[in-house]
Amino acid sequence: MAMALPPPKLTNLMGTAMLDDFLVRAGLAGVGLSLATGPLGAFVVWRRMAYFGDATAHAAILGVALALAADLPVGLGTLAVALLMAVTVATLAARGWAMDTTLGVLAHSALAFGLVAISFVHGVRTDLSAWLFGDILAVTRGDLAYIWGGASLVAALLIWRWSALLTATLNEDLAHASGLNPDRERLVLVLALAVVVAVALKVVGALLIAAMLIIPAAAARGLTRSPESMALVAVVIGAVASICGLGLSLWQDSPAGPSIVACAAVVFALSAIFGPLRRA
Amino acid sequence: MSLIAADHACVRFGGTEVLHDISLRVEPGEIVTVIGPNGSGKSTLLRALLGITPLAAGRVSRRPGVRIGYVPQRLQIDRTLPMTARRFLSLPRRHAPEASAAALARVGVPEVAERQMTDLSGGQFQRVLLARALLTEPDLLILDEPTQGLDQPGEAAFYRLIEEVRRDTGCAVLMVSHDLHVVMSASDRVICLNGHICCEGTPRVVSNAPEYRALFGLGTQGALALYQHVHDHDHTHDHDHTHDHGHDHGHGHGSAAPKADKSDGHGHA
Repeated sequence: MAMALPPPKLTNLMGTAMLDDFLVRAGLAGVGLSLATGPLGAFVVWRRMAYFGDATAHAAILGVALALAADLPVGLGTLAVALLMAVTVATLAARGWAMDTTLGVLAHSALAFGLVAISFVHGVRTDLSAWLFGDILAVTRGDLAYIWGGASLVAALLIWRWSALLTATLNEDLAHASGLNPDRERLVLVLALAVVVAVALKVVGALLIAAMLIIPAAAARGLTRSPESMALVAVVIGAVASICGLGLSLWQDSPAGPSIVACAAVVFALSAIFGPLRRA
Repeated sequence: MSLIAADHACVRFGGTEVLHDISLRVEPGEIVTVIGPNGSGKSTLLRALLGITPLAAGRVSRRPGVRIGYVPQRLQIDRTLPMTARRFLSLPRRHAPEASAAALARVGVPEVAERQMTDLSGGQFQRVLLARALLTEPDLLILDEPTQGLDQPGEAAFYRLIEEVRRDTGCAVLMVSHDLHVVMSASDRVICLNGHICCEGTPRVVSNAPEYRALFGLGTQGALALYQHVHDHDHTHDHDHTHDHGHDHGHGHGSAAPKADKSDGHGHA
């Protein structure tokens, strides 16, 4: 920033002042994350990948531990381990492993190993809850750039591949016969998931990333009639839940991640009650 | 030139050979039906022709630029995925609303455009699948058991629709079925499959071939009577088509010569 030049421009002043407010930064972080979790969450719901999301998210804790131990950026560690986990799960699924059991084993093992590993890293034990439940109120400008960058990347990737992803989600043979490669589309989703996990860790924490993917999309289902509107409404619900959860966290001093997810769950309950009525 | 051709194609799953030495071709404008018992490799054959399942040996060739419309065997749309019939028709490539409406009208379900795919009846769903395949203006339609889950009149109506589509557009049709009744009357050529091609020819020739009768456990009279019976009448009769085919309608046709088994002396797997 050109802060050294007197007199500072008005817009610059306003922008600086805005981003200086930790509440604004936290709100922007939640909204940014929703850009990616909305459309990706829709695919997670349609393809029944909920547990897959859990396994990838829980692996992030292991990534945090390894990054801290190796003195690497935490974002890099989580991205690498999440990607490794996602690729492992996708490979095992393609080889016909029983997914329910495999994912159950991998998800919880990753979490357990991550928690054990992180206890060895000096000085982290005290703020472990920040990694598990998110620390949205402590989001810095750098974090904000990281979150918006990652989320925009995922959103752009999904928009680019939208039609192919949707066809492959409907039926892989149908996609194949249309000249698409369902394996490539699955890989796109795996990559997107790893990026979202790395980005969401700061906002909602490792335990509830999958909830942030599934709940807004599931809430949007009852209110929409096309795949595109479901993804868009999921973005809106995610953003609203982030802001409301942030308010709750601030007001009640509750952990940020669970507060956001709780707000999303309330929206889901409302849509489950009123959605069918509206459609009838 | 044939639209699509297989030459000595073999498919293996693990160590098991599910398709052995398959050679077939589909010419422009003809309706070819592949019949065979469960597990005979019918769907695998279509998937191999479409390039979904890799070949262990042999080759599949297509006429350059041939457009293929595909209707898969089962399409389960997850209830969590909201999708109107009109939106479904535009996957993966967008079509103009007029073209989509015309395709739905062509297959006899113009009213379903704005309805959710998961709310359609079995017959409507299959027709929307067919409409989607037709929107690509195919030279060849490939259908994998398109009437699965339809009742007898629905099945007959669907095959009539296929014949109409062929007449109107001139496209060839390659379909798989395990229904013997209606298929026989609606096909130009029937290929009887059981891991290999047992016999092939016109419906009458195939239904008379000993390989076909052995495969489906039918007597000469039963198979022919069935064929004639369905062919001669509209399909809305109340006759109960159980699958033992034990009934005898007394149509005696012994004139068609059985076709020689093209599949060498190789035994059934």
